[in-house]
Amino acid sequence: MKKFNLLALTVAVSAMVLILPPAKDAFSLSDAYKNNIYQTGPLKPTDSRLKVRLGEKAPGFTLPSVSGEKVSLEDYYGKKNVVLSFVPAAWTPVCSDQWPGYNIVKDLFDAHDAVLLGITVDNIPTLFSWTNQMGKLWFPVLSDFWPHGQTAEKYGILRTDGTSERALIVIDKKGVIRYIDVHDINERPSLEIMVKELEKLQ
Amino acid sequence: MKKLSVYLWIVVCFVCFVCFAAFSVQAADPPAVGGQLPDFKLPAPKSSTDKNYLGVSGIFFSGPFTVPQIKAKVVILQIFSMYCPYCQKDAPHVNSLYNKIENDPALKGKIKLLGIGAGNSDYEVGLFKKKYQIPFPLFSDGDFKIHKLMGEVRTPYFIGVKINPDGSHQVFYSRLGAIEGNEKFLNEIITLSGLQ
Repeated sequence: MKKFNLLALTVAVSAMVLILPPAKDAFSLSDAYKNNIYQTGPLKPTDSRLKVRLGEKAPGFTLPSVSGEKVSLEDYYGKKNVVLSFVPAAWTPVCSDQWPGYNIVKDLFDAHDAVLLGITVDNIPTLFSWTNQMGKLWFPVLSDFWPHGQTAEKYGILRTDGTSERALIVIDKKGVIRYIDVHDINERPSLEIMVKELEKLQ
Repeated sequence: MKKLSVYLWIVVCFVCFVCFAAFSVQAADPPAVGGQLPDFKLPAPKSSTDKNYLGVSGIFFSGPFTVPQIKAKVVILQIFSMYCPYCQKDAPHVNSLYNKIENDPALKGKIKLLGIGAGNSDYEVGLFKKKYQIPFPLFSDGDFKIHKLMGEVRTPYFIGVKINPDGSHQVFYSRLGAIEGNEKFLNEIITLSGLQ
């Protein structure tokens, strides 16, 4: 009889799980993406071992951008502060809900003599289609696709599944790392904190 | 006795399921036309302009307020996010809708607009307001609390609420999508609310 009770309970719980719709992700709400966002569900907050430290020289890189030209970190040495925004993957909830916000605050970056470089491990065609939904972006979007995730790996933010962490790295004009936020992949970093970090560079 | 225990188990499981499902459906549904808004309060606006616009200033309204407490016949709620490209693109159209209402003596004071920034902090809502010079009050919903009550709608989403003289209210418009043609939208709001 106990077995029967257990069976009844199992059947009822399974029915609840199967019948009820899965929870929606609170991010990527914009109708701009229609139903094209892949719902990843909650992921392990971080899944890599950081290889860079505050005060160290940022590892250099040269990556192709969606607009065609190659972009090197070294191009900005002595000229601009740089914010690297690594996001895990195109067409995923939080990532699709991050850069469009940065896109309307160019003046905040300009005010702190900074540029923003958006980086993912996706290839250029995917990045092209995805960022087209965001409107015209003012900052370069770079592809760390091949060799796969090489730049993310240099910084120690390549996750074990081949995506990168959601990370913000602020690099000053001397090429020195001044701020690192390897953020919980499931959350959007606070814009306010990033702006405060840029203010500290003055 | 044993049989009773089995039946009891099944009944308990069924009741649990029904309660859980009912709660889940309630949480997942956007406000329905003909129904009411979910129960939530907005904090008292910081600026006196916003306070006066919404009519929530004075001794009776020093703290949080509900939408039906707004001094208006119709309230248009906009659920937006500063991170939403369509909301960014739609912002000038919503501003122009506001201006159209404010410049029409037959509508001014009767239709009020307010925005709720889903998942946006005060800082982010402030940036959005400044960037698009938004003249009507915006509120932050940083922890998605209100957004969850609103059925986790995509953005931009518009809800039209009719406020009756006795303080009761009714949702008469509840739709996803940018305004774009604000003349058509405004006419729809006026007709559906029975304002004219």
